[in-house]
Amino acid sequence: MTAATTVTAATAEPGQEQPPGRVSGTGRARASWDRLRRDPAAWVGAAIVTAFVVVAVAAPLIAPYEPAGSQWIRQITPSDVPGPSEEHLLGLDSFGSDLFTQLVYGARQSLVIGVVSTLLGLLAGTVLGVLSGGIGGWVDTAVMRVVDIMLSVPALLLAVSVAAMVGRSSTSVMVAIAVAQVPIFARLLRASLLSQRGQDYVLALRSLGLRERRIVVSHMLPNSLGPLLVQATLVLATAVIEVAALSFLGLGDPDPAVAEWGRMLVKAQERLQNDPQLALWPGVCIAVTALGFTLLGESLRQALDPRARR
Amino acid sequence: MSWSDLPLRKLVTGVAVAALALTAGCAESQREENDSAEGTGGDTGGTFVFAASSDPATLDPSFASDGETFRVARQMFEGLVGTKPGTAEPAPLLAKSWESSEDGLSYTFELEDGVTFHDGTDFNADAVCANFERWYNRTGLAQSENLSYYYRSLFRGFEQNEGEGLGEPLYKSCEPEDEDTVTINLNRPFAGFVAAMSLPAFSMQSPTAIEKYKGDDIGGTADDPRFSEYASAHPTGTGPFKFGSWERGQQVTLEPYEEYWGDKAKLDKVIVKTISDGTARRQALQNGEIDGYDLVAPADVAGLESEGFQIEQRKPFNILYLGMNQAHPALQDPRVRQAIAHAIDKEALVSGTLPEGTEPATQFMPDTVTGYAEDVPTYEYDPEKAKALLAEAGFPTLEIPFQYPTGVSRPYMPSPEDTFKNISAQLSEVGITVKPEGLKWSPDYLDRIQGTADHGLHLLGWTGDYNDPDNFVGVFFGKPSNEWGFNDPALFEALEDARGLPTVDEQVPAYESINKQIMTMLPGVPLASPVPSLAFAEGVKGYQPSPVQDEVWNSVTVEDEG
Amino acid sequence: MLSLVLRRLGLLVPVLLGLSVLLFAWLRALPGDPARAMLGERATPAGIAAVNRLYGFDQPLWQQYFTYLGRMATGNFGNSTRTGQPVLSTFLERFPATVELALAALLVAICLGIPLGYFAARRNGSWLDHLAVGGSLLGVVVPVFFLAFLLKWLFALELGWLPTTGRQNPRIDATHITNLYVLDGLMTREWDAAWDAVLHLVLPAMALGAIPLAIVVRITRASVLDVLNEDHVRTAEAKGLLRGTVSRRHVLRNAMLPVSTTLGLQAGALLAGAVLTETVFAFNGIGEYLFQAVNQLDYPVLQGFILAIAVIYAVVNLLVDISYGLLDPRVRVS
Repeated sequence: MTAATTVTAATAEPGQEQPPGRVSGTGRARASWDRLRRDPAAWVGAAIVTAFVVVAVAAPLIAPYEPAGSQWIRQITPSDVPGPSEEHLLGLDSFGSDLFTQLVYGARQSLVIGVVSTLLGLLAGTVLGVLSGGIGGWVDTAVMRVVDIMLSVPALLLAVSVAAMVGRSSTSVMVAIAVAQVPIFARLLRASLLSQRGQDYVLALRSLGLRERRIVVSHMLPNSLGPLLVQATLVLATAVIEVAALSFLGLGDPDPAVAEWGRMLVKAQERLQNDPQLALWPGVCIAVTALGFTLLGESLRQALDPRARR
Repeated sequence: MSWSDLPLRKLVTGVAVAALALTAGCAESQREENDSAEGTGGDTGGTFVFAASSDPATLDPSFASDGETFRVARQMFEGLVGTKPGTAEPAPLLAKSWESSEDGLSYTFELEDGVTFHDGTDFNADAVCANFERWYNRTGLAQSENLSYYYRSLFRGFEQNEGEGLGEPLYKSCEPEDEDTVTINLNRPFAGFVAAMSLPAFSMQSPTAIEKYKGDDIGGTADDPRFSEYASAHPTGTGPFKFGSWERGQQVTLEPYEEYWGDKAKLDKVIVKTISDGTARRQALQNGEIDGYDLVAPADVAGLESEGFQIEQRKPFNILYLGMNQAHPALQDPRVRQAIAHAIDKEALVSGTLPEGTEPATQFMPDTVTGYAEDVPTYEYDPEKAKALLAEAGFPTLEIPFQYPTGVSRPYMPSPEDTFKNISAQLSEVGITVKPEGLKWSPDYLDRIQGTADHGLHLLGWTGDYNDPDNFVGVFFGKPSNEWGFNDPALFEALEDARGLPTVDEQVPAYESINKQIMTMLPGVPLASPVPSLAFAEGVKGYQPSPVQDEVWNSVTVEDEG
Repeated sequence: MLSLVLRRLGLLVPVLLGLSVLLFAWLRALPGDPARAMLGERATPAGIAAVNRLYGFDQPLWQQYFTYLGRMATGNFGNSTRTGQPVLSTFLERFPATVELALAALLVAICLGIPLGYFAARRNGSWLDHLAVGGSLLGVVVPVFFLAFLLKWLFALELGWLPTTGRQNPRIDATHITNLYVLDGLMTREWDAAWDAVLHLVLPAMALGAIPLAIVVRITRASVLDVLNEDHVRTAEAKGLLRGTVSRRHVLRNAMLPVSTTLGLQAGALLAGAVLTETVFAFNGIGEYLFQAVNQLDYPVLQGFILAIAVIYAVVNLLVDISYGLLDPRVRVS
């Protein structure tokens, strides 16, 4: 589950050697936009992400039935779940709800969990990163030790501890995923800020007599937004996968029939033999959505950092 | 060596060759495995690989209370009393016969002769007394609930009670009459005594070996309990198998005991392999890695059968119920509880979530237990009546928290999530909205249900250990509890009295009336006694399922399928 | 080099102390009573109280913490509340399994990932390149446990090529010395046992190795691309060196730096992934044990294992840094 994050944490390194801010803002943005437009991966990613968001937002319009209603639970037996029929495009789920409806509402759940947890992680990570990279000195040391501690525990276990502590709910899953992302955002921002410290423009601003805090918040931080945005997009992919992993460990919403892909996927394992479609669809949904965010994030990064494009 | 020195081409070639070799090797190894299987099969009984859901906690069953410990223990140890095959009825084992005194205060056992322990020492009256004294004389840590669960709950106390929760001991003394006759004296009558002796926790162990390997030295300090050498490497009983080896977290290996007094084991070797995941157990069987496993999920039964695997069903000796906590204001009203009972279609629940062959339940024990009453009040499925009762009670709509356990499969509750969902869907049809709360079985769920009053409806049950009604209704309703949230001194007293009756014959009417009393009050809805299933490979023969899991593998053989 | 090692080890101490406090606070803040976990569904209140006293769960928290620290210093990590076994010995028993699995996963990642990434870069834009990039994306977006299930279903159940569970066929009588089963088999010349252990490793290693593999492919590809475009390589090519020579001498060596760093970063991910993979394959390593500990709130095990994992993670990273120094002399100076 740390997959997507680690990809970026590692590949982000070369990008930071050539930090943003060297070229004038508008010119750089236009160049990036042009690169993005020409990238087929960006289009595919954007298309998937758009479709995902539309489905999530318009779930009640798209889905033919109520989610998690278990309206047809009497048709379920331990060894059989009805497959596709006229009333049910993809058949039923093992709790007697319409599988297609569950998948559609699952998109909504994923979007909410993904966005909220990413925002939380981004916010906390930014605070830590600014403290560390912007102030420096003992604050830097202290913050980085905390980040080290967080990094020294595999993210999954970190998430488990949080989820177990906060109790069993979607909220705890969001917090858990967010906590696991904090050190990544913090490190990314710190590296970006540190690399800007010695740069000419910062020295110039300093020589103009600007206060350090002002330089950090108004000039250096905006210059770091690019990598943060890229990371946030990629973290969304991780979040979708991570929810599934947490479901596997038995955390998440207290209602077993909730429309949530990871939950559906885990639940389907016990019926893999007779009803593989129950595992197939949520698995495909998770993979495609994660793929969409990953493609978009990667293209964004490449657009912002032309060096990697060669 | 640095990377630059690595000739890349060689590396790539190497990988390719390795990949090819691997693929070729796979096919080859399949053949080899089949060959070797043929080699070990044939004339002898072969090797029997059974998958357990966890390691045994210890090899000394007197310190244990869990099924996986007992499963292994049953192969190596025997008690004075066993069970009739396929039932929970007590039957002679190490004791050929027994009789109790009029007052129910003393039991005299006639022992089998010519029985030896695996270390070669004799099993006799002295050995029996040594075992009884060993349990009775436990001190300190050994008295704690997790190490002496069954002794505490059945014999109530030790010679020197330490800590709370212990009472006047039931055990008084043990007298060897002669080499093969022994009398156990009790302080109070206990009709379930003989049946209780069939529990593996009370099996006979070699006093010599216990002394030699410091079996009672569970040692260390209080905060660091450690099992003895005896319990980890030298368990010594009289059973058809003797201990081979124990690779923790992996497997226990047993070998046949050549001097066994009864039907000698046909197998050459028994391996109890630990596979904690249920799906993984099924797949290991399908792939031929194991020969059998327990706790087959209801969803897998039909599939495995159609693939040619054998499904053995135990006669259910358990009960699954829906608990209704009377500390919840709405559930205090008997009409609401009756409405819930009428709202549940047990037939649909059984066919939808429980194994085939399961029968709906009418009371808090299966029909095989002494004291089961034919004529208890019943609450047939009638949603209209349920709605009417709710309206009468002033709850035309009602929201109730419903706790259910996750990450667990018990013999009486194979798929709690499905059962929970099925019931809550039925309840919603009569206007009851369920507020779901899934909790990890252990400790969260049990903590909440049994440790606090903060819960509404819940799923729980029990698998009986031996044929004793007190083991069901006594365990459930014997005293005020957080689980049920009611206080009914009359019921508690009736249960206490029934428990103390000296003979089973006298207990029957007492427990029948208690069952009626309980079903009138309706503290919960007994749902069903799910049929527990075992699955075996085609070549496994001679496995006898037992309702109380008294399954000894001396009659098992594994034939080659090839 | 020595001072670097010492300095890094010194940094480890506060991290571990901090972690132990955090872990302690966290785990004790969890809802649920560990005593009940030990006693099961029919525990009496008295029994629970007795167990709580026995394990010191009834003492003030700070006191429990110092007792815990003190015992840890003597190598006593307590006993599992679930099995009663000492945490340390369980860890040591099971650790070789996870090491074996992690090494196999890394082997998959390196042996497949570096050549794939390298050729993808050299044939930038070719079908091989697209396949490698696309495949590595796929490896990252499929949940680990789902991939494990798919592999098991296809290769073990449908095709019947490989075993589904465990580390070795229980029917094989194998001698275990190091508990690294493959190595044991080789050392004792029990070829059957060694081969059987290898077969048991294939699927879990593929599942666990999928993410590192994807990452190695991408990093190798990116670094090789970078290096190929650097002046010294162009110069070398301009000087007329053959492509093969250029790649070996110049490209790979420079490209290996980010790859080795990344692999170090993967140590934590591998251990976390092992929780899922080992559970699916009933591979009796520390991951599977942790899964059970999480499920039953086995405090001593959670504390001990997570601390141990943190130490291993730190040590692996240190080793990576050292190897980094060996690969790139410039690091040694700084």
